[in-house]
Amino acid sequence: MSTPAREALDRHATPWLFATALATTAPHFIHQPVWLSAVASALLLWAFWLWWKDQRLPGRWILIPLVGAGSAGILLEFHTLFGRDAGVAMLVMFMTMKLLELKSRRDAMVVVTLGYFLLLTHYLFSQSIPTGLWLLAAMWLVTATLIRLHGGPASSPRDTLRYAGVLSLQAVPFMLVLFLLFPRISGPLWGLPTDAHAGKTGLSDTMSPGSIAELVQNADIAFRVRFDGPLPPRQKLYWRGPVMEQFDGATWQPHKGRSPSPQLESLSPPIGYETTLEAHNQRWLLALDAPRDLPAEFSQNATLTAVTQNPINERQRFQLSASLEYRFNANEDPLVLQRNLALPAGSNPQTRALAEQWRSTNTAEGVIDKALALFAAEFTYTLQPPLLGRHSVDDFLFRSKRGFCEHYAAAFVVLMRAAGVPARVVGGYQGGEFNPLDQYLVVRQSDAHAWTEVWIKQKGWVRIDPTAAVSPSRIETGIANALAFGEPLPLLLQVRSEWVRALRYRWEAINNAWNQGVLGYNPQRQREFLSRLGLSETDWRSLAIALGSTCGLLVAGLMGWALYKHPERDPVVRLWHKALRHLARRKVDYLPWETPLDLARRVRKQHPELAEPFQRVVDAYLVARYGNTDQHLNTLRDAIAQLR
Amino acid sequence: MTLKNTLSGLAGHPRAFDGVLDQAGRIILGKDYEIRLAIACLLANGHLLIEDLPGLGKTTLAHTLARLLGLQFSRIQFTSDLLPADITGVSIFERDRSEFRFLPGPVFAQLVLADEINRATPKTQSALLEAMEEGQVTAEGQTRPLPTPFFVIATQNPAHQIGTFPLPESQLDRFLMRIELGYPDRIAERALLAAGGQRRRVEELTPLLSPDNLPALQQEASAIHAAGPLIDYIQALVEATRQTPTFQHGLSPRAGLALLAAARAWAWLAGRDMVLPDDVQAVLPAVARHRLRSAQGGGYALAEDIAALIRSVAIP
Repeated sequence: MSTPAREALDRHATPWLFATALATTAPHFIHQPVWLSAVASALLLWAFWLWWKDQRLPGRWILIPLVGAGSAGILLEFHTLFGRDAGVAMLVMFMTMKLLELKSRRDAMVVVTLGYFLLLTHYLFSQSIPTGLWLLAAMWLVTATLIRLHGGPASSPRDTLRYAGVLSLQAVPFMLVLFLLFPRISGPLWGLPTDAHAGKTGLSDTMSPGSIAELVQNADIAFRVRFDGPLPPRQKLYWRGPVMEQFDGATWQPHKGRSPSPQLESLSPPIGYETTLEAHNQRWLLALDAPRDLPAEFSQNATLTAVTQNPINERQRFQLSASLEYRFNANEDPLVLQRNLALPAGSNPQTRALAEQWRSTNTAEGVIDKALALFAAEFTYTLQPPLLGRHSVDDFLFRSKRGFCEHYAAAFVVLMRAAGVPARVVGGYQGGEFNPLDQYLVVRQSDAHAWTEVWIKQKGWVRIDPTAAVSPSRIETGIANALAFGEPLPLLLQVRSEWVRALRYRWEAINNAWNQGVLGYNPQRQREFLSRLGLSETDWRSLAIALGSTCGLLVAGLMGWALYKHPERDPVVRLWHKALRHLARRKVDYLPWETPLDLARRVRKQHPELAEPFQRVVDAYLVARYGNTDQHLNTLRDAIAQLR
Repeated sequence: MTLKNTLSGLAGHPRAFDGVLDQAGRIILGKDYEIRLAIACLLANGHLLIEDLPGLGKTTLAHTLARLLGLQFSRIQFTSDLLPADITGVSIFERDRSEFRFLPGPVFAQLVLADEINRATPKTQSALLEAMEEGQVTAEGQTRPLPTPFFVIATQNPAHQIGTFPLPESQLDRFLMRIELGYPDRIAERALLAAGGQRRRVEELTPLLSPDNLPALQQEASAIHAAGPLIDYIQALVEATRQTPTFQHGLSPRAGLALLAAARAWAWLAGRDMVLPDDVQAVLPAVARHRLRSAQGGGYALAEDIAALIRSVAIP
């Protein structure tokens, strides 16, 4: 006796399962270790070859060692079998190995179930539009496979796909209702295991020569900003990150330890804006200088950087405001000033000598002007500076004279400190690209920048950007125009063609809409949406009621539609109903139990002018509906056979 | 393609059958529908029960059909003292040859008219009904086949007449159709009176068919195409009889098959190569009424009940 699940698998169903396995595992090949992707592909090909040649599938004594070896490999690679990466690797391995075990329908069902599960795992890696589209297509395919397994070989692949498509489309209203109404939890749409956040690039909290130049070669988006009012001038767009006060001769880093809270005096009206920050695994927010009103979970540290308790490892949206003109810590703590004058002993003697010389004859402002004039005169702005020696600032100022923003910022601060002017390095981003389509300012990693702050009596900390002295176009028009041709900028920024740029704006606007509207649909957005529907003051109970009733209405609607549509599926019946509608317009109502011939007789009585044409309709309908179509087909076949 | 064109598919459909209908219509006046039902019943290889008051032409109809179809005819008048052997036959001892010889009874004929079947005792009735079912007769330990084709046309007076044994339901099921002739209409009756009875004219009829080609025609009628939607319709009708409170119980699967066979024969008689819902509706009263019991009174289902049944089922 064999139960249906034990039924042997129909050979022609197998390609569907291969397609399912490929569609649900292939995107993982991109980020998995190469050996895993290679093994998975090899297993897939092997299974396909066995099917193609109609060979016997391998026995248990091959499969069990294979599973053992695969699991051991994953354990060696990830040092665990759990978590996002190892778990997904296991699933991919199981999926491809199951293809070597396709004997019964039950095995096929395992592949389908695993396929649906694998679909979900892709969202742990990417939630972009292309991923979404791929997974929609893959879900369609998996559903078609499921239908094929249950439907038998009778229906063509096209019909199977069509049916799966119809089923999926019918699910769309439910998907939308669930998306809009299902009670949201604070946080991202997809909660991830902790190992998911590794490898996120972004601004670091230390700076050494070359660190920003490396980051600039990455065109990934750092954050997007939408201003409540008009876009401020580009030269004012300094996005403040970590402030680095300590220098050990090579690397700059922030001061660790307690400092008094900052005193900020706004000199211009606040500018409101909303920023959507990409995950960067750091605890600070990139806020427009100088940040005023921060979100509740953030606080301002002594150097005006907005910081929070936990690293930002998901895309998040914040409402902020800034004052472009400000006075910051006009009365600074002497301890802080002392810290910002410190230089490592014995380093960069030439630079210190030059600064000493300036100091004797100039005020603080004079020293600043001297330094900026020095940079403007003989220095080159480049992403590929030569390597620097132990006295890096000396090397840079007196020999190479080629550098990127971090070189200028570092050299400038060293000069200032040596000349007795408190100074420090500020990391962050400068500028950004305004997308006229959706009015968002896009700030990329390539906009990463370093500038300086010097403390001047009565004025407090003042921003000085030495890079602006070397390459004014960097600040005014952006990095792509500031660098000479041939610098290793991301390809994205090198393309100057107008229509490519327009296309890119379009794509980014779509992406941003996806991020803001779909991925960024959080409890607050949901509340806004519901209050627009007239459901203010919602709690989870009313949400559940709304959800249940909407889904119930949808089910009822779909069922009603299906019941109404069902009898018209047969084209003959559909045409017949069309004829009946013709009659209805002439006030001849069709009675469901009345035979077509009786109806024709009635029409003959009530509308003699219609009798002949309607009789022809009835005759043709009866032959089409009740006639022996197979026989007609055979007659046709015989007649054609006799032609030869 | 029209309905008329499909006629070409019906090679065996003879004008002769139109002749049979025509000739029979001249004998039994004004009863074309009933005659057609009777012929359809024979074509579907089923037995026919004609039920009505005496003197309405039951015997004449049976006799006419036998003549026109060229069938060997015998008539059994059922009475309360009729014995089974009177139907099946007896063995008598022949002194010359010192052995028993079987004298076949009147049931050994191609068309048997069992007149007033409800006058005989159940034992005698069942002898005939067994022959109808088996197509053979077992008497004195020996089984003898009946001729082919073999039809029984039984007539019955309504059960409320005195001195009758009404057929039980299980026996009624053996008849494919049950028809009533009813009184003739005014014109027909006038013509009947003017002609002075029709019995005499039956003797003058000449056969239009021979028994030899009847099986082939039956075969053809049973092969008429019944499309999926038509089967659905029959099923819906049968199901409706089981669900409506009008009837004590619904139609059996065998009744459904009988309905389909009768509808096929009806369609064949109309010269079509497919069964239409019209055919089903036409034969339904004759096939269903004696198989159903009205919930009120317990008699046969009423003609109105069948009409209501038809109106309750949508044609697929």
